Amino acid sequence: MSAPHRLQLVLNGLALDGRPVLWPLQFAPEPGRWTAVVGPNGAGKSTLLRALSGLLPFDGQLTLGGRPWAAWPARERARALSWLGQNEGGADELSALDVVMLGRLPHQAWLAPPSAADHAAVQQAMAQTQSWDWRDRPLAQLSGGERQRVLLARALAVQAGVLLMDEPLAHLDPPHQSDWVRLAQAQARAGVAVVSVLHELNIALQADRLIVMAQGRIVHDGAAGDAATHAALQEVFQHRLLILQAEQRWIALNA
Amino acid sequence: MTLGTRGRAALLLALGAGLFVLGLTIGSTGWSPLTSADEGLRQILWDIRAPRSLGAWLAGALLALAGAIGQGLFRNPLADPYLLGSSAGASLGLAVMLFFLGVSPASTVLALRVGMTGSAFIGSVAAVLLTLVLARGVEQTLRLLLAGVIVGVVLGSGTALLTLINLDVMRTMQSFMLGSTGFLGWNSVLVLLASLALAGPVALGCSRSLDALSLGEATARSLGVRLALLRLLLVAAMSLSTAAAVAQCGLIAFVGLVAPHLVRSWGNVTHGALLLLAPLTGGALLLAADVAARWLIAPQELPVGIITALLGGSYLLWLMHRRHASLGAKR
Repeated sequence: MSAPHRLQLVLNGLALDGRPVLWPLQFAPEPGRWTAVVGPNGAGKSTLLRALSGLLPFDGQLTLGGRPWAAWPARERARALSWLGQNEGGADELSALDVVMLGRLPHQAWLAPPSAADHAAVQQAMAQTQSWDWRDRPLAQLSGGERQRVLLARALAVQAGVLLMDEPLAHLDPPHQSDWVRLAQAQARAGVAVVSVLHELNIALQADRLIVMAQGRIVHDGAAGDAATHAALQEVFQHRLLILQAEQRWIALNA
Repeated sequence: MTLGTRGRAALLLALGAGLFVLGLTIGSTGWSPLTSADEGLRQILWDIRAPRSLGAWLAGALLALAGAIGQGLFRNPLADPYLLGSSAGASLGLAVMLFFLGVSPASTVLALRVGMTGSAFIGSVAAVLLTLVLARGVEQTLRLLLAGVIVGVVLGSGTALLTLINLDVMRTMQSFMLGSTGFLGWNSVLVLLASLALAGPVALGCSRSLDALSLGEATARSLGVRLALLRLLLVAAMSLSTAAAVAQCGLIAFVGLVAPHLVRSWGNVTHGALLLLAPLTGGALLLAADVAARWLIAPQELPVGIITALLGGSYLLWLMHRRHASLGAKR
């Protein structure tokens, strides 16, 4: 893994097609912790993640390792930050291995063949998401969940210090959701700043830190077990949650 | 049995070479042996059939390269080399040149100096530039596609107007519109070869970025791909390839669209392999069509564009039905 750089976002406002989507906010994912971003539909969670990955223009500053985003060479930046989008489409003709190898693109010299380190990183990432077995199958022949695990491996193969994931649990069945949680926790333990936008509150409540968003603002930022965090969740979800503790874990049911 | 990219490339090259020999021996006079001592026949072989066959292969390769680039860049399997207005521009360029041929002595001299291939090439490149201006750069793919359609329609109507005013223009334009390999000489071969030598390496150099782009623009950017530069390079390579081919052979239909699909139907490929194999396939396709055009109703000759349209159209139809069946079985 490349030396972890801290990512810091100071945002004064972000508009999409002239419509304000995000209001002033600040966010800095901490290395070594897993942060989950939650909130109702249209709260601006994905937009926040895109702003954080430098994919959207906005009024404010984004710095990586203290250096302004634009001052970074594109490839170096891509080695420091890995982004997994929602519904990454296409690539039907590429094999799963080819797709995961794309995660090594920022590490490879132009036109150079993949190095031993690249192969090792790809194999490790695919083993972590249990997708190594279908490495030779084209993406078009995989089910939604299998595909998602390949795309997840693609994001892991970058081996970046910041890992941003937008709804990474799409199409995953419960056992693989659990695997994903262990993966996020393991990445955080290894020093990575992990951020995930999640709709599954029960998964999000296992994160180290919870960012609660509503209407383009961060309304709460705190530990998943805090009563204040639970109150904020109730607030943004119209008090229609039942937050319970079971076997040392917090779970949120619809009420 | 699976063949690697190298194996396939070698096979396709061998196929091209075989077709080239066939292209030397088949002409309007029928079958002629390569080792003839007849001076006249040797001249026909080396000054007419050799450049024509080589040129047909190169033009097919360029069109297929442009098609493969377009399909990758626009992430659209129906993208073809003429997507950005190249063909409409080439037609208009040629029509303008032919129109001015008879207007005044000075304009005739100018028109003759530019020539048919020159005017078609200039028209083709100018049309792509117009598309880029209308789309305000290469930032948005959808805007590029729409601008390409608009330029195609508007320039097409300009060509139609010119041919209506001057019917002689229409007659000369006809073979160009259908596509023809009959005018290819050694000079054409040089132009085509130079274009392929320029556009091919540029496209291959961008192949990994194209793979990344197939995961979506945002993901490609997050992987450090500089999209604006990539689009600029590929649009340049695509329009150079198309303009060179169109200027020498006219509007050859379907080769650029079908060749990349043929390559994909043999197995899943990365863009690195596709951008290498598609030109080899397109070259073999157009050369085969050219040989058939000379041979089918000899001593008469068919316009090669008609053969590629027939072959390409029926292949696409077959592909559509096969795909449909396999999709139906899967879902």
